[in-house]
Amino acid sequence: MDYVIETRDLSKQFGTVQAVTGLNLRVTRNQVTGFLGRNGAGKSTTIKMLLGMTHPTSGSGLLLGHSITDPKQDLEARRQVAYCGEDKQLYAYMTVKQLINFTASFYPDWRSEVAASLLDQFQLPPGRKVKALSKGMRTKLSLLLALARRPALLILDEPTEGLDPVAIEELLQTLAGSPADGTTVFFSSHQISEVERIADRVCIIDRGKLAVDLSLDEIRQDHRRITLSFCRQPPEHLFDLPEVRSIETNGSQMIVVSSHGVDAVVERAKTAGAVVVDIVPVNLRELFLWTVQDHK
Amino acid sequence: MFKLNPQAGQPLYLQLMQQIRHAIDTGALRAGDQLPGIRTLAEEIVVSHNTVAKAYSELEHEGTIELRHGSGAFIASRNKVQARSERFRHAQDRVRVLVEALRRDGWSDDEIHRMFEAELLYPERSSVKR
Repeated sequence: MDYVIETRDLSKQFGTVQAVTGLNLRVTRNQVTGFLGRNGAGKSTTIKMLLGMTHPTSGSGLLLGHSITDPKQDLEARRQVAYCGEDKQLYAYMTVKQLINFTASFYPDWRSEVAASLLDQFQLPPGRKVKALSKGMRTKLSLLLALARRPALLILDEPTEGLDPVAIEELLQTLAGSPADGTTVFFSSHQISEVERIADRVCIIDRGKLAVDLSLDEIRQDHRRITLSFCRQPPEHLFDLPEVRSIETNGSQMIVVSSHGVDAVVERAKTAGAVVVDIVPVNLRELFLWTVQDHK
Repeated sequence: MFKLNPQAGQPLYLQLMQQIRHAIDTGALRAGDQLPGIRTLAEEIVVSHNTVAKAYSELEHEGTIELRHGSGAFIASRNKVQARSERFRHAQDRVRVLVEALRRDGWSDDEIHRMFEAELLYPERSSVKR
């Protein structure tokens, strides 16, 4: 596998707060990867460490094969990485056109045809000053500036936050098509349904640690929630199986989540005299909630 | 034209493959018709480029479509596709006869739907419940 992001035991401590704890994150080239986690789980800190905006307390990481802790290599990586942040800091006094030309002057392989077609597609007013743009327009402009560089890796921190549904749709369309131009997309989000629609893979970070790293199609194909009904007390450890992710007991009912098909669970349930009430696919929202909710 | 359900318990590329096959079976797409480019379709239905690429590559592999370098994807003109579509219509006729018979026996559409679903998704399980 070819990874554009690969961290090893990456950690960051702010005073007594452990923001990221021994994170081993790997992002595959030419895919769209969604990065989920609760507020304060360590998403933004991870992204800031990857981009060299903050220094890890310990551990290491590679960005397009370049070390994120070596300032010289870090610079090399940053030439091929584009970032769209939460704050979208842009030069407010310039017009859209001026800012595009200004940014283009920094990048020798700037693709003006990409910039022109996105300007048209996003319907950005070229003569308007950046400070007079709406939040959605600013996000689109920032995405335009990122994509016209044809970056090998595009990192976005909650790109759809605060945008209206139409703007979100346009943004997702652009991100979904990006791997076609050789741009790997890594984006953090709180919108689980967006990740579920456009991502090839999902990483969930919980309390500074990587809790889930799965392809969305694996989840669709293999994850199932099986509801069982027992007429007598089921034996203990009945479902001590590697693929069982969670077990919830409610009176004589038991809900088992399997990450690898239903056969093994159903077989054990039958031998214990249970009736299979229901088998349904697991969606990303459920998987997310089980992963990050307070563990008993 | 195609609508994928990200929450269904089936990989998106498989959903797309089935919908393209279905469009061929029903005659909405005919031999020689051009499919949208991978990127165009990915943006249109808002799924990852890789989903469409995988569906196209699998459909090419099974002979349903032809990928012509530089000019896009086309519905294969082979007799195989036609024959399949013919057989599909026959199979659908048989399903229609069965559904009509079940209705005559007093089963509601909802119940028939559930019977089919149980049989297709969990054939083992339906024998447990009986």
